[in-house]
Amino acid sequence: MRISTLALVTALAAQPALADEIWVTNEKDDTVSVIDIETLEVTHTYETGERPRGITFSHDFKFVYICASDSDAVQVMDPATGEILHDLPSGEDPEQFVLHPDNKHLYIANEDDAITTVVDVESRTVVAQIDVGIEPEGMAVSPDGKIAITTSETTNMAHWIDTETQELFANTLVDSRPRHAEFVKDGTEMWVSAEIGGSISVFDTASQTEKAKITFKLPNIHPDRIQPVGFELGEGDKFAYVALGPSNHLAVVNAETYEVEDYILVGRRVWHMAFNADKSRLFTTNGISGDVTVVDVAKRKALKTIKVGRFPWGAAFRPSN
Amino acid sequence: MLWAGAASALDIDISFIRMKPEPVATLSNLDPIPENLAIKGAELAIKDNATTGRFLKHNYSLEIHDLSVGDDLIGVTLDALSDRRILIADVPAAELLRIADLPEAQGALIINATAEDNILRDSECRANVLHTAPSLAMRTDAMMQYFLFKRWTRLAMIEGTYPADVAFAESLRRSATKFGLEIGSTKTWAFDADMRRNASAEVPLFTQELRDHDVLLIADAVDDFGRYIPFNTWLPRPTAGTEGIVPEVWAPVVEQWGAAQLHSRFQEIAERDMEPEDYGAWAAIRAVGEAVTRTNQADAAELRRFLLSEDFGLGGFKGTPQTFRTWNGQMRQAVPLVTERALVMQAPLPGFMHQHNELDTLGVDAPESACIAFEE
Repeated sequence: MRISTLALVTALAAQPALADEIWVTNEKDDTVSVIDIETLEVTHTYETGERPRGITFSHDFKFVYICASDSDAVQVMDPATGEILHDLPSGEDPEQFVLHPDNKHLYIANEDDAITTVVDVESRTVVAQIDVGIEPEGMAVSPDGKIAITTSETTNMAHWIDTETQELFANTLVDSRPRHAEFVKDGTEMWVSAEIGGSISVFDTASQTEKAKITFKLPNIHPDRIQPVGFELGEGDKFAYVALGPSNHLAVVNAETYEVEDYILVGRRVWHMAFNADKSRLFTTNGISGDVTVVDVAKRKALKTIKVGRFPWGAAFRPSN
Repeated sequence: MLWAGAASALDIDISFIRMKPEPVATLSNLDPIPENLAIKGAELAIKDNATTGRFLKHNYSLEIHDLSVGDDLIGVTLDALSDRRILIADVPAAELLRIADLPEAQGALIINATAEDNILRDSECRANVLHTAPSLAMRTDAMMQYFLFKRWTRLAMIEGTYPADVAFAESLRRSATKFGLEIGSTKTWAFDADMRRNASAEVPLFTQELRDHDVLLIADAVDDFGRYIPFNTWLPRPTAGTEGIVPEVWAPVVEQWGAAQLHSRFQEIAERDMEPEDYGAWAAIRAVGEAVTRTNQADAAELRRFLLSEDFGLGGFKGTPQTFRTWNGQMRQAVPLVTERALVMQAPLPGFMHQHNELDTLGVDAPESACIAFEE
């Protein structure tokens, strides 16, 4: 009897996801919560290493990579079963990372060590370690794979890495405490959010010069509390959705004019986010309230709040098949 | 590359001068004071600056003068000022003023990392001195905001007799008045008995005479008797001030806003917790670093101008940009209210509003400041 039950559980667990999912790391629970996009409910909670933060899927969605910061490891999990397959060498205190378009090289920010570590996920070896500024966090890679970015929170810079040589070729100042970086508009622009500076710097990728700065203003909320952290670009890169931390709002930025068009109230200390497949729904992690807000992108309205673990941090999308 | 080629190398030479008075003898030997308080904070900050400087060709150097009482503070200072115009001070208030008033110190940039005396931000402010140490008033204002927030409005106090105790008690009274509170009955701790053996016998009787209160304030800045008060009081009441819930500029239990990272970097070089004195020194040198990074200048006067401008803001791991007040050179910063084991809240607390900046609900605000040295 016991054996057959076990077999049944295994069979269920090994099936591909029935619906699309959003995976969320819970920094203070050492777990990931899996949200079913159809039912908007948590369907699985899997254990991870200590203090999970960055999360990303391999481009074929066969693996999910998780930065277990306090375990000093990047864990590789089978998304079908939640089983940790192995750890990757990651350097100390990995916080955030980005997977190169080649699906092979993971660029990891080692927050405590002022280093970016490049790991080959197939051979599970460290390919390079690059000295960057203090408390590296934001990570991005250009769509053509030629440039990787690390932003450093205390040095207040974006470091531009040539992925051929794994060496820095430019370092550009941004405002105080940069948190997140993204290549935008086919890689022609590179955006960096600055939490304490309260801005997003827009760089021209070709020249690495700042071409615009996006700032935010909310009525009745002191500017010091408006702290841009994670952000994502919507369909066609027309609008950016920017998490504003302790102001508990998401800003909707017109990516052509760099003007803020709207603010959407979400949960407390909103951190990062992930879209569903057609980018009609946005899922934000709310660190302090311990939940995920589901946003209707077209209507610019919060639809639902989903309770997850304590201090949800990263979010990633997984399609059903 | 932003500064590539354009920037020739820039040298930023900083002196750190420390002269601590002899510690007073306290009842307990449980918590020895680290020998290198503040110094390790300075060392971490210069390391932080150097990492950033590497990308900008900014070379930082730090010269540390660790003096004992009786050493020639002025001679050492004059020597340092002759070729280094940025000076971080970890000295008592009287010595700080002696340094700041030297003719050779005019035009220098002095940052007070540890002296919390209110008067240095008020009638005895100096144009060449900025402060990264909080004023006592900032800390005690934070305490009163907390009591109002909790509606613990009936206050009693036990104060010690050392000058630092009296200053803390005085600042608590001033803050109570500012926020419309009153410290009811007060007793002075003047015992010379050894409380380690008989606190449970003496303290109940001692505190029995206090009128009923919601919370018992303890002003024991030298850490002499305070630890023997909690759980020995006549009435079952929480303690606050220097024992129990304490307003500190920094504490090991502060972990939000990336603070955990600063603690772990500090632990790595100091092999101990980061204390308020370390934070003051760290913030001073990081503020200089931030100003150099943004201006590409190493001149003391230029840096001072930038530090006092709206363009400056230090990420100090407490969730808000830390800027300097233009009327007295005090760094605005949040004040965590902590116990040994956890952060309780962080001031300014919700509901304490200000027309310009909520951080200015803590400490001497522009309208009440008697500082005129910053008027140009």
